[in-house]
Amino acid sequence: MSEMVRLTIDGKPIESPAGEKILWAALQNDIYIPHLCALSGEESPFAACRLCFVEIEGYPRPVTACTETVAEGMAVRTRSEKLDRLVRTGFEMIMSNHRIECKTCPANRRCALQKIAKERKWPLKPKRLPALERDLPVDESAPGIIYDPNKCVLCGLCVRVCRRKGLGDLGFAHRGFNRMITTFGDSPLGAGGCLNCGACADACPVGALAARGVWGQA
Amino acid sequence: MSNLNDTVINALGRLKEAALPEWQALKEKTVILVGAATCGRAAGALPVMQTIKDELARQSIDAPVVEVGCMGSCYAEPIVVVLKPGQPGLVYGYVTEGIASRLVLDYVAGDDPCVEFALAALETHEMIPTFADYPRGQIEQKVVLEHCGFIDPENINHYLAAGGYAGLAHALTLPPEELIQEIKASGLRGRGGAGFSTGMKWETCRKQAEQTRYVICNADEGDPGAFMDRNILESNPHLVLEGLCIAACAVGAQKGYFYVRAEYPLAVDRLKKAVAQARDAGLLGSGILDSSFSFDVEIFQGSGAFVCGEETALLASLEGEPGLPRHRPPFPAVAGLWGKPTVINNVKTLSYVPYIMKKGARWFRETGTPDNPGTAIFALAGKVVSTGLAEVPMSTTLRDVIFEVGSGVAEGKNFKAVQIGGPSGGCLPESVLDTAINFDSLNKAGAIMGSGGMVILDEDDCMVEIARFFLDFTQKESCGKCTFCRLGTKHMLDILERITKGKGRPEDLELLTELAEDIKAGSLCNLGKTAPNPILSTLRYFRDEYEAHIHEKRCPALMCKDLIAFYILPEKCERSCDVCVGSCPVEAIYPNEDRIKVIKQDKCVKCNSCLVACPPQYKAIVKLSPPEMVAEKEKVAK
Repeated sequence: MSEMVRLTIDGKPIESPAGEKILWAALQNDIYIPHLCALSGEESPFAACRLCFVEIEGYPRPVTACTETVAEGMAVRTRSEKLDRLVRTGFEMIMSNHRIECKTCPANRRCALQKIAKERKWPLKPKRLPALERDLPVDESAPGIIYDPNKCVLCGLCVRVCRRKGLGDLGFAHRGFNRMITTFGDSPLGAGGCLNCGACADACPVGALAARGVWGQA
Repeated sequence: MSNLNDTVINALGRLKEAALPEWQALKEKTVILVGAATCGRAAGALPVMQTIKDELARQSIDAPVVEVGCMGSCYAEPIVVVLKPGQPGLVYGYVTEGIASRLVLDYVAGDDPCVEFALAALETHEMIPTFADYPRGQIEQKVVLEHCGFIDPENINHYLAAGGYAGLAHALTLPPEELIQEIKASGLRGRGGAGFSTGMKWETCRKQAEQTRYVICNADEGDPGAFMDRNILESNPHLVLEGLCIAACAVGAQKGYFYVRAEYPLAVDRLKKAVAQARDAGLLGSGILDSSFSFDVEIFQGSGAFVCGEETALLASLEGEPGLPRHRPPFPAVAGLWGKPTVINNVKTLSYVPYIMKKGARWFRETGTPDNPGTAIFALAGKVVSTGLAEVPMSTTLRDVIFEVGSGVAEGKNFKAVQIGGPSGGCLPESVLDTAINFDSLNKAGAIMGSGGMVILDEDDCMVEIARFFLDFTQKESCGKCTFCRLGTKHMLDILERITKGKGRPEDLELLTELAEDIKAGSLCNLGKTAPNPILSTLRYFRDEYEAHIHEKRCPALMCKDLIAFYILPEKCERSCDVCVGSCPVEAIYPNEDRIKVIKQDKCVKCNSCLVACPPQYKAIVKLSPPEMVAEKEKVAK
């Protein structure tokens, strides 16, 4: 058993294995921190969704909980006016680029975005930012999986679990606002090397990738 | 120790001895140097050089023609230097093929120094001022640029004869800790933009237990309007190579890389030649200068992604992965290329290193200020008279750099702002021109030192449009990995586009500020963290322009197409002239019954052709903003 360190998160004293990142230490102790892209056990955290910001006593500015390792005596805060503003802006940006159709979405009720909104009591639809629709075609070519890039938040979990499976069928393409998750040469999922194992759909926190049955279609 | 000392010094001595005859031989004849870096070539240096060679052949004159780099006066390219034995060297600017053959006939063959084409003399001359006689020469202090434009970048013998590789030889005789101490003592700060202490970076790398280490020269210069690194690599590649070798020696690296963008083919070519020559001379490879130190370099061509200038993205790109930044720490000095300790330094930073080795930390500190020692190298571009490179002591004022070194704003226009630091930098107005330039003061003023690009903007530049231009650049160059940079810059860009189209809303400025602050705090890498700077600085200094766009639908600089209209002043229009009618590509201009020309506003595409075509003696065409002013004017005219 690895050595334990003691720290406080929002004043609550907790113990966590040394070397653990703050995000996982908090989640294991029922302290919620918004997050989308973190995958437990990764040596180099992806750190792309920028939602898990926390404040640590003695640090000049907020840091991401997925990249910061726990330390003995550390005092972490997950809520403050400054943090809430930063995280909320990030969340609003993501929601402005996420096609909101919860009622018919396979991820309804288990969606990570819904969870963040519920935990923080924020509306799903941002008020101050207009929707950035891309209107990309939905890929229904694979027998077991449907991919709707308009819902994708680019957390990259699918890319990483697909690689862990040894396939690496999914990857990122393009730059800036046009960045998206796709296959080699943008070929449809059904035409490539996808084995329909469903790992990506399981990993997807927002319903951009979903197993076909869940979608309510044949 | 003294043995090693002797061995290394002797090895370099032999190289220098072999190099000197070629150098000395040059001094015995008339030598003609032609500036043929990218700036010179763009201005026509190659045909000029051919003309000189042809003319020399025709006159049967044996005078070597040497292709050199750029001495920094890019505005006057092609530049030709004629070195006649016993005479002060003369520098000629704006040389055409015609002038080139006259120089050969009148000065090389004859005795007429062609004063009318001379830019400056290198030493005191009875008829031609020297560089030091100009205000520019008084302010400039050339360290890194000393030999640029005066030695053949493709000939290691020139560099050796000019004292090259002495810094490396000295470094090889020092214990690495002492070497690092010297760089630390010099106070050298990274010239790539962030201004981090070079010595500290090296020390961190050196202290790692892992013995496989790398050094990398970051030559992925990508800021719009910046070309310092390109010029240095094209004009004196051995200087940078020597700097990289010294860095390797300090941190104990076995291998180094030049990460050069592929869009710099001439720099890549000259660097390749430099590396090959250094290898042949025993300055690279195993047992450098007969010491026990072994080191070699490889040149890697980047594919032009701006984000690859960010060090962690650069490393990913070198490893064959997509060029995406990752979270720091660990910093590359701890875990960099292939997870090994890696030092990444900018071209300019490395260029100072051989000089510090040769002349010492104390000498370096004689220039600049205690916190910002040394010189700074800027690329002057935009609406400035003398575009080119300027090397000035740190703490020189912006005003001196722009108005003395750069000779002020082009075409007699009024200065409006200077954009410093590229897409990560900011726009500074007239009121802060007396700021002494250094890393800290520029930060305070709202810009950054950046890599040294300086774009001068005049009264015709709309600051909202400038901010939009840079945001468009960062949005396109954002790697798209993290939320704030990918979506935040997109939202900001959309708002700016809205404002430049006259559809801005009063609440936009507050929203822009809020988004900008959050993007600065939330982004993963420095590309995102600094992307809002162009907006924040223009909002700080040019808020009135934003407000004019939003509230009055007016573009004060008459630049934003949707907010302007072209109008022909009837009292100035000449009846007998139809130039504008012919210049219009969409037939929007017609003569009325009095033969005064009128623009059909609904047809006009605002291409600016008529305004350019209207003869200067009439100047009858003007831009009006907001466009509704045309109707008012027409009413008055009736």
